[in-house]
Amino acid sequence: MQRRGRGRIAYPYVVWMAIFIVVPLFLILFYSLTEGDIHNIKDLKFSLNSYNRVLEPIYLKVIGNSFLLAGISTLICLIIGYPVAMIIANTDIKYRNLLLMFFLVPIWMNFLLRTYAWMSLLSPNGLVNRFLLWIGLPKLEIMPGKGAVLLGMVYNFLPFMVLPIYTVLSKIDKHVIEASNDLGGNSVTTFMRVILPLSIPGIVSGITMVFLPAVSTFVISGLLGGGKTPLIGDLIEQQFLSSRNWHFGSSLSIILMIMILISMAVMSRIDSSPEEERRKI
Amino acid sequence: MNKNLIELKNLTKRYNGMTAVDSINLTIKENEFVTLLGPSGCGKTTTLRMIGGFEDPDDGEILFEGKLLNNVPAYKRNVNTVFQRYALFTHMNVYENVAFGLRIKKVSKSEIDRRVKRMLKMVDLEGFDKRYVDSLSGGQQQRVAIARALVNEPKVLLLDEPLGALDLKLRKEMQIELLDMQRSVGITFIYVTHDQEEALTMSDTIVVMNKGVIQQIGTPQDIYNEPTNRFVADFIGESNIIEGTMLEDFKVAFDGLLLDCVDKGFAPNEPVDIVIRPEDIRIVVNPDEGMIKGTVTSVVFKGVHYEMIIESDTREYLVQRTMMFPEGSVVGMNVQPADIQVMKRGDVLCSEEEEEE
Repeated sequence: MQRRGRGRIAYPYVVWMAIFIVVPLFLILFYSLTEGDIHNIKDLKFSLNSYNRVLEPIYLKVIGNSFLLAGISTLICLIIGYPVAMIIANTDIKYRNLLLMFFLVPIWMNFLLRTYAWMSLLSPNGLVNRFLLWIGLPKLEIMPGKGAVLLGMVYNFLPFMVLPIYTVLSKIDKHVIEASNDLGGNSVTTFMRVILPLSIPGIVSGITMVFLPAVSTFVISGLLGGGKTPLIGDLIEQQFLSSRNWHFGSSLSIILMIMILISMAVMSRIDSSPEEERRKI
Repeated sequence: MNKNLIELKNLTKRYNGMTAVDSINLTIKENEFVTLLGPSGCGKTTTLRMIGGFEDPDDGEILFEGKLLNNVPAYKRNVNTVFQRYALFTHMNVYENVAFGLRIKKVSKSEIDRRVKRMLKMVDLEGFDKRYVDSLSGGQQQRVAIARALVNEPKVLLLDEPLGALDLKLRKEMQIELLDMQRSVGITFIYVTHDQEEALTMSDTIVVMNKGVIQQIGTPQDIYNEPTNRFVADFIGESNIIEGTMLEDFKVAFDGLLLDCVDKGFAPNEPVDIVIRPEDIRIVVNPDEGMIKGTVTSVVFKGVHYEMIIESDTREYLVQRTMMFPEGSVVGMNVQPADIQVMKRGDVLCSEEEEEE
């Protein structure tokens, strides 16, 4: 009885999922596999043309760029984020939350606002360059360009790398680290053989949480990259809003979705490999 | 006689103004099984952690084979620890857990294999090599922790309440096994526990601690039969503790009774605490044949004996006998002079309060 009662509570959620997730998903799939006037259902007919168009070199380059930039920014986030997470996890509990706040407060600000802030900082006559001129250094000319896009991505997504790693690190039993010291491991050995392997779940979810939004991001490249390096997210936005080619936009979305699913599957494989081994026995 | 291996001199540790370990002195010999025994918060674990190198002493010295150990980091000390909650590496299998220390020391592969296999055999975990540690039972994890420490052939093994998480039956089995292991590998064990029975069963030497201070050091027999103060008497086993007066050597008085005893060296008429163990009180059916007359007010069957409370005119006595005397019966009680332990009184440190560790 109780179970059925609880099951009923889930109905609104199921309806919600159906209306706002499943139906749109099928619509996108539908548009991606058709061509013709989208406002006239009778005019639509099955076609793989928009998928063929994705394979054109110019668009492949956009997809490649997206994955490359997302990959690089994820790597940078990991390189910066891991030590930061470690520092926070090793901080006295009294100051830990304060430190964590420093990393979280920027997320509370609107994403666009943050990106605009970087625009004014990095622009040819922005704050950064005025400061560089003042101390007698040459101007920094990264905006517009890939460098600025990367910086924007790293800045926006770094907290998503720090948080999961911090969570995992702060849960590691300090006695395990003592045990490693006890068995002759100095701090480097202890990090390489104990702390790092134990924090892999955090690294995996950090990578996932940064890579996914980074690969599908838009606006950042438009604002900070000056449109020179359009990413797949920008391309999709453009197809729906300005080019009005919903079929092509949909097939780009589907391709992106599939590629994300593949990368997630690969990541979860890395994450669960010890358990797999355990189950085999 | 074995030679001294570890010496603690005036060792002190404070946390935020609280003194956890208060200037203790202790000498531990080679091949000795030493137990630090006391209630939680008595400083026993802190002492062990200072020997292991996980806490820095605020004062005093730790000597290892005569050399100062204070500033040697944990990873360079020739001691290994079995942690309270085992602290095994959950990302490694049993074999890798045990091999961990040897791999760091760059021992050759074949040598590692030989030693790990031998150790797993010793702790009765042959064939468990490939198992991950969290698929093991508590007792098995415990054995892995012991094997992981012992495989490094340390001079001293530190054990921090290693059997605390096991159930009673397994704990008793492991006590015997640990003792066998200690005898067969012939290394010094420093063992921390709050379980007095465990301490009595396993130790060569027991160090009773309370509030950061050593109360008594001695063999299990010494500690049980001749506790030096009220705290030790009360903590080790059950006891009747009675306030009395030492009239002269071999004569002690309490409740208007004058008894012979075997203790001496007190000032005339010095106030003392007297300990009589419950199993040392003999009951006679005829009340007039006893030194003390009393009424049985409660009888509890404990398996090996009956535990009775017998009320005299002045106090209650806890008595353990294999023969049962029904509630309400009036009986006599006798105590042999040798079973009366007289202790100095006025030790402020032997309060029974416990504090959290």
